[in-house]
Amino acid sequence: MAADITHGSTDLGEGDDELADCEETVHRLYHFLDGELTEDRRRAIQAHLDNCGPCVDAIGFEAELRRVVADRCKDRVPPQLLDRIARAIRHEQARSI
Amino acid sequence: MPSLYSAAMRMTRNPADAEDLVQETYLKAYRAFGSYQEGTNLKAWLYRILTNTFINTYRAKKRRPEESDVEDVEDLYLYHRMGADSPGSIGRSAEDEALEKFTDDEVKLAIESLPEGFRIAVLLADVEGFSYKEIAEIMDVPIGTVMSRLHRGRRALQKALAEYGLSRGLVDAHPS
Repeated sequence: MAADITHGSTDLGEGDDELADCEETVHRLYHFLDGELTEDRRRAIQAHLDNCGPCVDAIGFEAELRRVVADRCKDRVPPQLLDRIARAIRHEQARSI
Repeated sequence: MPSLYSAAMRMTRNPADAEDLVQETYLKAYRAFGSYQEGTNLKAWLYRILTNTFINTYRAKKRRPEESDVEDVEDLYLYHRMGADSPGSIGRSAEDEALEKFTDDEVKLAIESLPEGFRIAVLLADVEGFSYKEIAEIMDVPIGTVMSRLHRGRRALQKALAEYGLSRGLVDAHPS
């Protein structure tokens, strides 16, 4: 089952060429999704994912969560803000002449 | 501009301060444009100005909550509470669909509930898509600090979302 590991990692996997298991996959899940692993570790985790349904589900959920978070964090820019900024910059230009 | 404004909204947590922050960022960028080096990442440069301005101008006002107030939770916290492991689970798409039920306001408030350092790191990585190295430069902290803030911040975000989900019955209080 996709593991219940409780510790976090700041280790990107340098100098490590063993196979990945569920524990490591969950442990390095964010680094994998962030595209920040060394090529060896990325490949090892990808190889594990090719053979482990529960880890694929867990990582798929995290990827989907990230997509939903980014999608929900949009705000309509107030129309007057662009005018305000343009005025402030014109003012700044006028002062510097 | 829309993404810079949204980032300012998450940082300041209110539209009036967000507008001031964006205006101040553009003015500073305009004044400093001479020091911008062609070929460096313009977006990261703007976010660095935004983040510095936020920290210097608004931090004194509303500093809470502190990072030490955040209770750490286990990996896959939200996943385990959205029925992923329960008997009769109908697979991954059910949990993914449940995620779609979180509203804009719930996600925004969950992010805004995070302590400042976690909030900015999560925002820069998960909403803006910056790399660890870029975030380290924007926030002016070592890369290890970025990784630990991201790690704890993302888990705290899952906890906050789980609380909203729980109140709406999207989330299981007692995962198997």
